[in-house]
Amino acid sequence: MPFIPHTEKDTREMLQTIGVNSIDDLFDEIPTELKIDQLEHVPGALSEMEVSRFMKQRAKIDGSPMCFIGAGAYEHHIPTAVWDIATRGEFYSAYTPYQAEASQGTLQVIYEYQTMITQLTGLDISNASLYDGASALAEASLMAVRINRHVKSGRVLLAPGVNPIYEQVASAIAGAQGLTFERLPTDITTGNVDFDLLPKDSDPVAVVLQQPSYIGTLDDVNRLTDWAHANGALMISVVNPISLALLKAPGHWGSEGADVAIGEGQPLGIPMSSGGPYFGFMTCKKKYARQMPGRIVGRTTDLDGNLGYALTLQAREQHIRRSKATSNICTNQGLMVTAATIYMSLLGYEGLVNVAKTCHHNTALLADGLSAIDGVERLFEGPFFHEVALKLDRPISSLLEILANRNILAGLDITSFVGSDALLICATETKTQEDIEVFITAFSEAMASVNTNSA
Amino acid sequence: MNSHVKSELIFDKSRNGRRAFAQAPNAVKASKIPSKLMRNDKPRLPEVSEPQTVRHFTRLSQLNFSIDTQFYPLGSCTMKHNPRACNALALLPEFAGRHPLGPISHGQGFMSCMFELQEMLKDVTGMKGVSLTPMAGAQGELAGVAMIKAYHEARGDHERTEIICPDAAHGTNPATAMMCGCQVVEVPTGPEGDIDFDALKLAVGPKTAGIMLTNPSTLGVFERRIKDVADLIHGAGGLLYYDGANLNAILGKVRPGDMDFDVIHMNLHKTFSTPHGGGGPGSGAVGVNDRLLPFMPIPIVGSKQVEGKTLYDWLSEDDLPQSIGRLSGFMGNAGVLLRAYVYMRMLGCDGMKRVSEFATLNANYLSSKLQEAGFELAFPARRASHEFIVTLKHEARSLNLTAMDFAKALLDKNYHAPTTYFPLLVPECLLIEPTETESKETLDNFVTAMIEIATAAKKGVEFKDAPYTMPVRRLDDVKAARQLDLAYQPE
Amino acid sequence: MNEIPRDLFYTKEHEWLRCEDGGIVTIGITDHAQAALGDLVYVELPEIGQDIDEAGEMAVVESVKAASDVYSPISGRVLTVNEELADVPEKINSDPYGDGWIVRMKPMNNIDESRLMSPDSYQQFINDLED
Repeated sequence: MPFIPHTEKDTREMLQTIGVNSIDDLFDEIPTELKIDQLEHVPGALSEMEVSRFMKQRAKIDGSPMCFIGAGAYEHHIPTAVWDIATRGEFYSAYTPYQAEASQGTLQVIYEYQTMITQLTGLDISNASLYDGASALAEASLMAVRINRHVKSGRVLLAPGVNPIYEQVASAIAGAQGLTFERLPTDITTGNVDFDLLPKDSDPVAVVLQQPSYIGTLDDVNRLTDWAHANGALMISVVNPISLALLKAPGHWGSEGADVAIGEGQPLGIPMSSGGPYFGFMTCKKKYARQMPGRIVGRTTDLDGNLGYALTLQAREQHIRRSKATSNICTNQGLMVTAATIYMSLLGYEGLVNVAKTCHHNTALLADGLSAIDGVERLFEGPFFHEVALKLDRPISSLLEILANRNILAGLDITSFVGSDALLICATETKTQEDIEVFITAFSEAMASVNTNSA
Repeated sequence: MNSHVKSELIFDKSRNGRRAFAQAPNAVKASKIPSKLMRNDKPRLPEVSEPQTVRHFTRLSQLNFSIDTQFYPLGSCTMKHNPRACNALALLPEFAGRHPLGPISHGQGFMSCMFELQEMLKDVTGMKGVSLTPMAGAQGELAGVAMIKAYHEARGDHERTEIICPDAAHGTNPATAMMCGCQVVEVPTGPEGDIDFDALKLAVGPKTAGIMLTNPSTLGVFERRIKDVADLIHGAGGLLYYDGANLNAILGKVRPGDMDFDVIHMNLHKTFSTPHGGGGPGSGAVGVNDRLLPFMPIPIVGSKQVEGKTLYDWLSEDDLPQSIGRLSGFMGNAGVLLRAYVYMRMLGCDGMKRVSEFATLNANYLSSKLQEAGFELAFPARRASHEFIVTLKHEARSLNLTAMDFAKALLDKNYHAPTTYFPLLVPECLLIEPTETESKETLDNFVTAMIEIATAAKKGVEFKDAPYTMPVRRLDDVKAARQLDLAYQPE
Repeated sequence: MNEIPRDLFYTKEHEWLRCEDGGIVTIGITDHAQAALGDLVYVELPEIGQDIDEAGEMAVVESVKAASDVYSPISGRVLTVNEELADVPEKINSDPYGDGWIVRMKPMNNIDESRLMSPDSYQQFINDLED
């Protein structure tokens, strides 16, 4: 029996101790008409050897195409040591560290993680992580409502470059509590906020800026942060942790700094894995610590006066506050955070800078090369980090299909978001000069084989 | 377990100028980003070598209890063995490297696994539709209550804003109801652990949106009048929500759908043995009956026949315009779902049933042995489900031995503590769940340890300062909360 | 332990109320309540000027293992709050009836003493709870 250690003799003796004749007798309090005999759609068992062969066949169907898609999940090199250590049984199969004395390993890792992520974002306090970047925006918005209690509008203003999926997720999770998400006006030449058209008297509870934006642009973070504060709103920043090796940290945005920073932690050593599990990070100013959702680890001392780590501020959480908790969240993405902490340790700041610069450099090469093709140009002027939106004069779906058949994932079609034919591309440090040249050549050939939109 | 290993922080090992450069590409020339957008401070990340990093985190891992190293009878958490094949196969390079927005032409292998997982989960829960997208149990709950609300609102039934929860419910239930903009109506538990049916009748009314139940309940007993509860709630126009935390107790034997539940969340990290990972990731797939099909969270994997072949694709807003929407950046915790899929394929249909049978056998055996040894069961007249409650209220009074002391004393015996002080309504309780993957010898040894602690206490030994053998002694929680130290600052 | 001063009124939710000069009342939680909660680590205070109904939520007191709402024994307007509790919540543990006071309020109506408990009846109420 897979994973069940009982011998027939064990089972017999155990039933005898209980005082019943069969295992079925143990279900005698359940009404008979509720019991089923047989599952109909679960196939018979496979051995480990069989299931391994089967899964390898399934994996082979998907293959390993060359990927130039970003849009919230990024292919980075993950040092082998990261997952070798993170999947040690002591990390992999441990529970939430409620019994602190028996969980010092996990707790110290989280404390180190909290330290590193506050350093990267330039803010004071971090929680032990949330589910992912998108749901972190929902939690940050709800947090803003708790902090900004006197603002009753429930209005959260999003910069034009906030990931549209983040907006959908935040709305699905936080909408029931009266929050509405609205977009700030766009300057169509830069893709950024149009500061001349910012609303007056909008009484926002929070303003959200994503940097770098979903469409690859870099916005004037200082100006929008100061505008948010001048309008009584909490400033929430959505950031890519790798980009923070180069870009201004949210804690230093504007004259007062952003109040809350969130983002997708996946670039820090987590495989893309079809979308998860990832982790959402969240940091904030110290004065907002009690409004932060999720678990938090603190350092304290034990009976002998030695340093140790424990979950703290638990009275905010669902298992104590029940219907008055800051959130229903119980999980932090412990395993992912363990991997990210090892990743950040192995790279250090200089290593992260190298990764970030190489991503930027590769994307610049790619954007230049593609823009030289007839019918391709950059959609927006202005600086970028490691993603660029391109305007094309051919139907994007046809191009993507042709290139996918050549095992190249050429980017993401963002036509429906920007309202004109546009492709979002990304080249991380995993791409060599040769990869980029192969892609440019293939792209050029694909363009040549498809008619223009006007034709 | 290395006891009393004092662990330095990784930052203590950092030295200016030390690099582990093999891990990062060589530096390239300066960027074209304007300086006003650039950072001009240097974040303090550790500067350490690979060998130091490997040793540091390996040592830290050794400070943990885990299922791979200890028995973990943690009630309500289903800490069963995590098969290693599930991890290895979910991390096959093609799966681990697949971009979530990659085209379906390069995702048919992954998507076929997800489609089949949906089908298998429908079967084991008796539901009509499954969405895999919720990323944890609590998010599955949120999805469930949001669907209940969406259902009532779609019928123009806007007054239904009350969610009924038993007083024994997990804390997430009322917290979720609140997040969904509902009010919580709490109903008490009767003396034998079933819901107080008379009190429930009074709580039900025209404002009832639904009820959230765990069955078997958090008290470790099966709700015997579940059919009456279902009839009462449905009769009043409300819906039934099944909290799948205890699904391990009935897997393959009884299905929530057959108990007339309208919506269920499953904790794949419990029942289907994906890792707990020191507190996550989880996965909280939801199942629904016919009524709630249009409201399921997206995306969902669909299948169609194209030129005689099955093609899997994503169902989104266009297919389910009444959906409660998206809950994650992509499609949920795909890697966790793959692990659960492999686990289910290895168990097969007969293995599912064995899970609940042997989980129940182990719980009843352990409760019988502990009762025989003089421990008081909270519900002695009832059959245990896959877990049961010991109450130490007498020990707390006569021996000054609280559930907390007992839990800490067990750590010194090399057992993880059971769940303590939950459910809140049983004083000084230990909620014990052995799971099906533990052997009779382990259970017998655990009973011996429990007896040893109780015997020592009767002889006057105090456990107020336990544990003694862990890397740290009992920690000062009050200091942790009053003098917040949440990130390292160099002296 | 379980000190119950003679000059105060009490509630079943373990709040105390003192009538001060000028028709103002001071409110806090009792010795029994602070002992049951354990070491307090945080107090959430109402805003000054806020109107609170009788039995309405007035403050939240938190220990490491519990969080408990403090309900207003009367209807009234918050005049001052004990700001020091923000940094030193343990004042409620060490001096629940003195430095550990929580709010001062201006009652909406005359205090209806029949809706409050005397020291003796509060003592009896606690004795009954502990049985």
